[in-house]
Amino acid sequence: MQEIPGDLKFMKSHEWARVEDQGTVTVGISDHAQGLLGDVVYVELPSVGDHVKAGTACAVVESVKAASDLYAPVSGEVVAINEALPDRPETINEDPYGDGWVLQIRPDNLAGDLDELLDPDAYAESIEGED
Amino acid sequence: MTRKTVLNETHRALGAKMVDFGGWDMPLNYGSQIEEHHAVRRHAGMFDVSHMTVVDLHGGRCREFLRHLLANDIDKLKTTGKALYSCMLNEGGGVIDDLIVYYLGEDFFRAVVNAATRDKDLAWIERHAQPFGVEVRERRDYAMIAVQGPEAREAVLGLLDADAAAVVRKLGKFSAAEVAAPDGAPLFVARTGYTGEDGFEIVLPTGAAAGLWERLREAGVAPAGLGARDTLRLEAGMNLYGQDMDETVTPWEANLGWTVALEGDRDFIGRAALERRKAEAHSVLVGIVMDDKGVLRHGQRVLTPAGEGEILSGIFAPTLGKAIGFARVPQGAGEALHVDIRGREVPVRVVKYPFVREGRPREGI
Repeated sequence: MQEIPGDLKFMKSHEWARVEDQGTVTVGISDHAQGLLGDVVYVELPSVGDHVKAGTACAVVESVKAASDLYAPVSGEVVAINEALPDRPETINEDPYGDGWVLQIRPDNLAGDLDELLDPDAYAESIEGED
Repeated sequence: MTRKTVLNETHRALGAKMVDFGGWDMPLNYGSQIEEHHAVRRHAGMFDVSHMTVVDLHGGRCREFLRHLLANDIDKLKTTGKALYSCMLNEGGGVIDDLIVYYLGEDFFRAVVNAATRDKDLAWIERHAQPFGVEVRERRDYAMIAVQGPEAREAVLGLLDADAAAVVRKLGKFSAAEVAAPDGAPLFVARTGYTGEDGFEIVLPTGAAAGLWERLREAGVAPAGLGARDTLRLEAGMNLYGQDMDETVTPWEANLGWTVALEGDRDFIGRAALERRKAEAHSVLVGIVMDDKGVLRHGQRVLTPAGEGEILSGIFAPTLGKAIGFARVPQGAGEALHVDIRGREVPVRVVKYPFVREGRPREGI
């Protein structure tokens, strides 16, 4: 398994969030999650300008095995989506913490939402023992 | 209780992701299901199918028994080693299982039935075999490895000594022969499969399975899991029991009418019900392709001018780069349908299948 970058925060449902220098939040799914899903074949993205609410579905990642909702780790406005994913959804398998990012959010209440997320160690602990 | 094939440790050592399949602990994939799919379409792959049930039938009245048991006509088998695909029906014409039966002698036929249906299949076969004095012997002492792909036959032939290779090389499609492996193990080699590719299914003593698997791997044959098996069989237009048909439908509703032999007056189980059903309005199974991005999946709602239907099997087809499926729809549903995907009505086209032939997309798909 890939090492978890230290600057990420996680949801128990396997989404990661990274606060960028300009204050936006980049979102993707964890290496563990892409392993569970298997080969990703389709990603349904929101539109730029959509408003998403923390803890609710904002994208769908479909693998050969199943369709899986991606939950927004923070509330806010979608300011970017990964336009490369529709043509190369397997990027999520290959580089889940890098080129496989899914969307960027300009957060409404960053500090409050971040408090709800897990740091890498706590996330690693939460997936321990899972297959 | 979960059952394990004799190759279970082999799969785990290869890093397979294991899943429960019909009560068996089986490899879903060994890393990437899509790469395994392509390996079979382009070169050669192998599947552990030891969970499937091998049933040997012995007795002087075997043929007579099978004439009664199967919806397809066993009398199509005239040459030793030839195989027949058939449904086994209940009295109501519902599909108990689909199977392959090999003709190995007038007093010896071999059937291969599904894993998940083992108990009911054996009970049904035994019950109906009894009046014919046919002995039903489940071969739990056998394992089975399917080697499939354009390079599969050469890979297997390369492992055999000259005499055995000469026999196996001559095998026609849907034929089988027993030969000895170089180590003396008996190999029942059948030129059959579930991928749409050429290749063999090899039945052999459990003790010899790990050795054959390893030699095939050394010969460049890629291990492939149940995930790739499912996408390969659907691209090839083959039904999956439990998903595309079961006891609630007849072969007419599963597009398996081609396997039902109604010529003559052969009295097989389910015949009367099938003849009645044929004359009634009934739903049909069609092949569909989705040109939009997305994935078709089992259980999705299909919307047609003639009423609602549902997706039976749905996958992202790696050879085609788009989603395909089997749908059960009302008669007269037409060619242009829609599938409800998370509330979105996505257009799909009804197409003739197999979707993929000899490694290539069928024209128009």
